[in-house]
Amino acid sequence: MVHAQSALEADAAETALSTADLTQMYRTMRLITSTGEHAVGEVKAGRLKSAFYPVRGLEGACAAMGVAMLTEDQLVSNYRSLGDALAKGASLRSIVAEIYGRADGTSKGKGGAMHIHDQSVGFVTSTGVVGSGIPIAAGLGLAAQLDGAARAVVSVFGDGTTSIGAYHESMNLASLWNLPMVFVCQNNQWAEHTPIAEYAASTDLAARAEAYAMPSLAVDGFDPIATAQQLRTALGRARNGGGPTFVEIKTYRLTGHSGSSDYSYMPTDELAAATERDPAPTFRRWLLDEGVLDEQALAEVDKEVIAEVEDAFAFAQDSPQPAASERYTDVFADEKVVSAL
Amino acid sequence: MTTTAESTTTTSQDETTRMTMAVAMNSALDLALDGDEKVILLGEDIADPAGGVLKVTRGLSSKYGTGRVRATPISETAIIGTAIGAALAGYRPVAEIMFMDFMGVCLDQITNHAAKLRYMSGGHSTIPITIRTTVGEQRFGAQHSQSLEAWFMHTPGIKVVMPSTAIEAKGLLASCVADDDPCLFIENVRLAFSQKQEVPVGDYRIPLGEADVKRPGADLSVITYGPAVHTALATAETLADEGIDLEVVDLRTLIPLDMASVMDSVAKTRKAIVLHDATTFCGPGAEIAARITEELFGKLDAPVKRLGAGYHPAPYAPSGLSYLPTSDELADTARELLGY
Ligand SMILES: Cc1ncc(C[n+]2csc(CCOP(=O)(O)OP(=O)(O)O)c2C)c(N)n1
Ligand SMILES: [Mg+2]
Repeated sequence: MVHAQSALEADAAETALSTADLTQMYRTMRLITSTGEHAVGEVKAGRLKSAFYPVRGLEGACAAMGVAMLTEDQLVSNYRSLGDALAKGASLRSIVAEIYGRADGTSKGKGGAMHIHDQSVGFVTSTGVVGSGIPIAAGLGLAAQLDGAARAVVSVFGDGTTSIGAYHESMNLASLWNLPMVFVCQNNQWAEHTPIAEYAASTDLAARAEAYAMPSLAVDGFDPIATAQQLRTALGRARNGGGPTFVEIKTYRLTGHSGSSDYSYMPTDELAAATERDPAPTFRRWLLDEGVLDEQALAEVDKEVIAEVEDAFAFAQDSPQPAASERYTDVFADEKVVSAL
Repeated sequence: MTTTAESTTTTSQDETTRMTMAVAMNSALDLALDGDEKVILLGEDIADPAGGVLKVTRGLSSKYGTGRVRATPISETAIIGTAIGAALAGYRPVAEIMFMDFMGVCLDQITNHAAKLRYMSGGHSTIPITIRTTVGEQRFGAQHSQSLEAWFMHTPGIKVVMPSTAIEAKGLLASCVADDDPCLFIENVRLAFSQKQEVPVGDYRIPLGEADVKRPGADLSVITYGPAVHTALATAETLADEGIDLEVVDLRTLIPLDMASVMDSVAKTRKAIVLHDATTFCGPGAEIAARITEELFGKLDAPVKRLGAGYHPAPYAPSGLSYLPTSDELADTARELLGY
């Protein structure tokens, strides 16, 4: 595997990944691929009416984040959040039920596929409006700082999001206030139909981030080990009062923008080259070659993941529709405000 | 007031062809680009091959070049701001904001600048921009589904337009582009491809501020616009079987608002329901119902009713929680009013 050129001095002992970490990473990758493909299959078959945003290609990046973050660390994501949510440990059953808009979903079916969250594991919120989660993450960072707590906040967003004002405002503010944050830019090279070179004058996102006077680096998102190590270092620094870091994770979108969208505009050679590096199978081979896990252990993980995903979809499909009365709950803390209008 | 969309004034109506609403809007933009070199288009993914969220701009960057039909970064504030700036320098920009909910990102440019510059400059600034946007579907959730037209109706200085058919989409969009004030043109995702009809191929305009009676009727006026027009028309068919004769008035533009046509209709039927997909509370219907009551108080046979979305963000649950006013609700409300 190629290891990232890093601007950060990673402390080898601190960032070393144990066999348990590596196993967890593989498991997370498989879980993300399998859940995502299942969901896209349901959308394409017309059984699921959902604007679902696939995460194929991000498995390594997300799994790396999963092992790098501690339970108390917090995460804010966007509409393409399945991988982030699973990596942070959100309940698979509740996530799938939410994608189906059912009562047992993370938002009782009222949020939907774009708005997964699980406060219990620090997956605080996710937004459907590009960039809007970033200042909210900065607010969580501010709270952590005010609390004097050793927890870090990760803000996840795409490459295209670096075009929006909210991103730039938050980067400056986080750097100025030394907030305990890691800005994780999942650079999948595309913003819907537009490749990065067509919307950015400078496509070196890490170099641009440096201008905010915060450490910044780019890492190969198809190298989950390097990614996890860099994220660990950045998170450690945030927790220790060292302020924010920008981490550009270079990856590639292995699908269209949304679950059902066409992607004939993506250059086939680029897509094929990226698919060659498909995170989960590549990592599986590496674990075997390096002797970290044997075939039997890996097959066991694969089997468990498939069972878990099948269980989650069955659970979601059996979960009831939200009650009609749910329309008017959760608008305010006090339901009477609405009924009195 | 005109009686059918087809009878509306037009500059060239000889040749028509069957178009979806999306294609009809594409035709309006194509003719605008062709007829006025100051017309430019700005928006995310509007250039080919993407051609915009609803493919409304498909083919236009190939035809007129990416200089005039510009794909932008994901930068709503800059999209509207640059449209305003170019307008101040004599251009006639048409900006696309993918979903109406994202107006929140660039609301300052729209409401503090586009809408106010003429006034704040004592009439010396003209901002002939058109902002096209879409209202989404429930499967996207609360941040892609809102019908926010009331926000803009409440902001003096910006026109608000929402077509219900393909032919009107073409005629009204053409008028927005030609208009010297900022216009917000709202496209509905559900109608973009489901609405199909004969549409003039050539330049075709419908003046802003003229309602259209989509169905004449004697018993009750349904004042509506956009996708709800079709709910009203379907309901009218159902109720006709019961001997109830609904009149359906399509406002087509909310600013300017053709209150004269509304008053004519309600003065005749003496009963009115205002129907829309926007939230009922403080929605467009609140203003319209209040005006009807103020002006026709003595002539009404029943209270004026409003039907819209409930007071809550748009819930996701695509098959569980529906929240837009239905044909059944409209029929029940109509029956209730006829009981007066
Ligand atoms: C403010 C805003 N503008 C536009 C959109 C529509 N939109 C949704 S995703 C997207 C592309 C985002 O690209 P990127 O940040 O690279 O994330 P990716 O989807 O590639 O993960 C756009 C334009 C939106 N949701 N919010
Ligand atoms: Mg991207």
